[in-house]
Amino acid sequence: MFTLQIFLNGLVLGCLYACIASGFSLVWGVLNVINLMHGSFIVLGSYLAWGAYQSIGLSPWITLVIAAPLFYGLGWILQRGVLNRVITAPVLVTLTMTFGLDLMLNNAMLLAFQADYRKLNLDPPLGTLALGSVVVPVDRLIAMALALALTLVLYLILRQSRVGRAIIAVRLDRDAATLMGVRVPAIYAAAFGFGTAMAGCAGVLLAMIFPTSPVSSTAYLGKAFVVCVLGGLGSVPGAVLGGLLLGVVESFGAWAIGPEHAVTLSFALLIAFLIARPQGLLGRQGFE
Amino acid sequence: MTKALLRLESVSRRFGGLQALQTVDLEIGTGEVLGLIGPNGAGKTTLVNVITGVHPATAGRVFFEGRDITGDRPYQTARQGIARTFQIVQPFPELSVRDNVAAAALFSRKSFSIRDAQDEARIQLERVGLTALAQAPAATLTLAMRKRLELAKALAMAPRLLFLDEVNAGLNTAEVEQAMGLIRRIADSGVTIVLIEHLMQVVMTVCSRIVVLHNGERIADGDPESVIRNDRVIEAYLGKKYAQRANQSPGL
Amino acid sequence: MSFRRTDWMLFGLVLALGLTPWVGSPYVLRLGTFACLYAVLAMSWNVIGGMTGYPSFATAAFFGLGAYVGGILLTKGYPLIAALGAAALVAFVGAMVLGVVLLRLRGHYFAVASLAVAEVLRELTNSATDLTGGGMGLNIPLSAVAGAGIAQAASFFFLTMWGLLLLTLAAVLWVERSKLGFGLACIRQNEAAADMIGVNATFYKSLAFAISGLFVAMAGTLYAGWVHYIEPPDVFDILFSVKPIVMALLGGLGSTAGALFGAAAFLALEEIVWRNSLQGSSGILGLLIVLLLLFLPRGLVSLGGQLVRRPHVEAAPGNGR
Repeated sequence: MFTLQIFLNGLVLGCLYACIASGFSLVWGVLNVINLMHGSFIVLGSYLAWGAYQSIGLSPWITLVIAAPLFYGLGWILQRGVLNRVITAPVLVTLTMTFGLDLMLNNAMLLAFQADYRKLNLDPPLGTLALGSVVVPVDRLIAMALALALTLVLYLILRQSRVGRAIIAVRLDRDAATLMGVRVPAIYAAAFGFGTAMAGCAGVLLAMIFPTSPVSSTAYLGKAFVVCVLGGLGSVPGAVLGGLLLGVVESFGAWAIGPEHAVTLSFALLIAFLIARPQGLLGRQGFE
Repeated sequence: MTKALLRLESVSRRFGGLQALQTVDLEIGTGEVLGLIGPNGAGKTTLVNVITGVHPATAGRVFFEGRDITGDRPYQTARQGIARTFQIVQPFPELSVRDNVAAAALFSRKSFSIRDAQDEARIQLERVGLTALAQAPAATLTLAMRKRLELAKALAMAPRLLFLDEVNAGLNTAEVEQAMGLIRRIADSGVTIVLIEHLMQVVMTVCSRIVVLHNGERIADGDPESVIRNDRVIEAYLGKKYAQRANQSPGL
Repeated sequence: MSFRRTDWMLFGLVLALGLTPWVGSPYVLRLGTFACLYAVLAMSWNVIGGMTGYPSFATAAFFGLGAYVGGILLTKGYPLIAALGAAALVAFVGAMVLGVVLLRLRGHYFAVASLAVAEVLRELTNSATDLTGGGMGLNIPLSAVAGAGIAQAASFFFLTMWGLLLLTLAAVLWVERSKLGFGLACIRQNEAAADMIGVNATFYKSLAFAISGLFVAMAGTLYAGWVHYIEPPDVFDILFSVKPIVMALLGGLGSTAGALFGAAAFLALEEIVWRNSLQGSSGILGLLIVLLLLFLPRGLVSLGGQLVRRPHVEAAPGNGR
């Protein structure tokens, strides 16, 4: 069942993509900001996990728990301190702003860690699991499960908590939310914080699967883009659906036309969706 | 019988599950001042959108001056002599009042230069009484002045058919009086006008004919006096019970 | 249509720039060539981004396209004029065709799509190894560009780039002052209203997009000839899309003068930073961008007072352009 293996690989990848993209989608959907730093935040999370494991042998599962509030705080400060000042400016300005911030972050990481790839190899390694005729590396399986769990947590926070509901309210109608007493700047900061936290946590998980380098940030960012367009903005289920779709398409694509063309394939898919169905599979129509 | 300036043949427009217009037939003759009324959601603005090409008709045909313009895009109908104002005014906020009007004059014609358009703008601003504000950025205007700007822009397109969509919304009584005087003068100059209105006293005094839409259908069409006594019209606005009561008591 | 006094002044400024070879310093000449290149990129971007309001990230796509189309023709023995012409034509037609689809999108979606185009083009160029040399690059010897007997290669490249700048300036100013420019301004401020008064928005936007690509492509060809060796990641580099935007923002969004001065100012900053810190250069560029957007949102021309052309149209998130 060769196809099943490819499909399963795609699903595993897809869950990771969903986790990568959900935070990105939240920020894009709520603040209407494309956070070009997202990829670098992921890489930063990876470095955190790798560094913690290398130096003090801290298990990545624990780093994951630490990373969430840490990155939330980072995002919160960045939004309140810098991004909020240009939040009402046109798309062009906010996009260029996050580009500039990303240049700074990425350059800093480059100086601190060098461009060489670092890999977090769990010792002892977790091995693989055989389910019938398909094989899955255990670390990927756990990462996939955790990625899904994280995404679910985000979804629940948005739906059930006060902050989460306020975020959704702001997304649906900013002015109406203000009239209801929602403090919009604080909500923006919270949303950005959640987005950054998701990125950081995704990075921790990815550290075990892919090698880490500041150079990878654009690749992660690219994935987040495609997933958002495929799945629809500001929608966590959309991110999941889009992520799974991309994962499976890439998996089959890599087998059919070679892994080096996988990126081009994903971008071609992006353009196709932008032309045919810009709101994505689950998104609202007319959202810019 | 004057040849129809505008003729709609069984025009329908559907948005997904919503049938906004249902086989609407309509003829408008040159020189008429037509009132287009109906409860909210009746399809009045949709009708104008279909005629001007913002939304294509899902069925039926639209003829202007004998030519089939069904499916023409807005910029095409604009260049053929049909102009409209918007319920929610749509100026170019950074341009001056004069340049707003000049833009309308410039792009609705093939042969104008920017200079010609600015001259035309001056004339139209004079007509609507906005000359004093010609250099002001459009974004700084009050609502009443913006409505006048909308009108000036529409006039600058030298339209033969003009749709005025709720020009009086948000204006006080005095402003409405002024607006109506202006509209009468425009009608006198030979422009065929269709007035979408909620203010009945305006419709009754200015319009020579009224068409009533309800749920996308044309339910009445005739002179003002008979239309307002029409059972279906009363029912559409006030509900069945009131229509029955109106029938019983003479002289509404 | 009439050119304003400031337009003639700009023209004069650029004409004066043509005297650079007589300064006699190869460093200044190199800087001057970059200045002309940057100015072409920024002014071109301004047509689609500043005048029309569509934030295009496709500049790198046009640049790379021009570099390869022109570069390949040069290596095959065609004269520079032909290479330039071909690059311009391919970019223009490509943009008109692509524009029909792309320009239906707005705001972020348009930005992302235009960025994706550059990525896809880069990948395609990389794969077409027989034609382009793929990852191994394309070599364009000097003799292919300038023929035998050009003693002063540096001057030659400066003068050709400067000539392109003059051409671009004339074209862009013409657009700005013409009916087309008026229409683009209307589209930028209220596209629906522009439709209703008779502007064929689809056509105008495509034209603006094509114009924004045409001169950039030619600049790409000249660049390829100048550096002699190109690879897809060099010429399709996202920075070629972002830098012109920063230049236009730096100078003052929306005006040709703003783009021109922004390009000059950006080059100056880049030189200062680059000379002083090779390692942290991109980080400092990032810092510059951030500071610029925080403290000088209307660009340099707003400092000048007189040359102020238009304020930002502020928009709340959720309904930004």
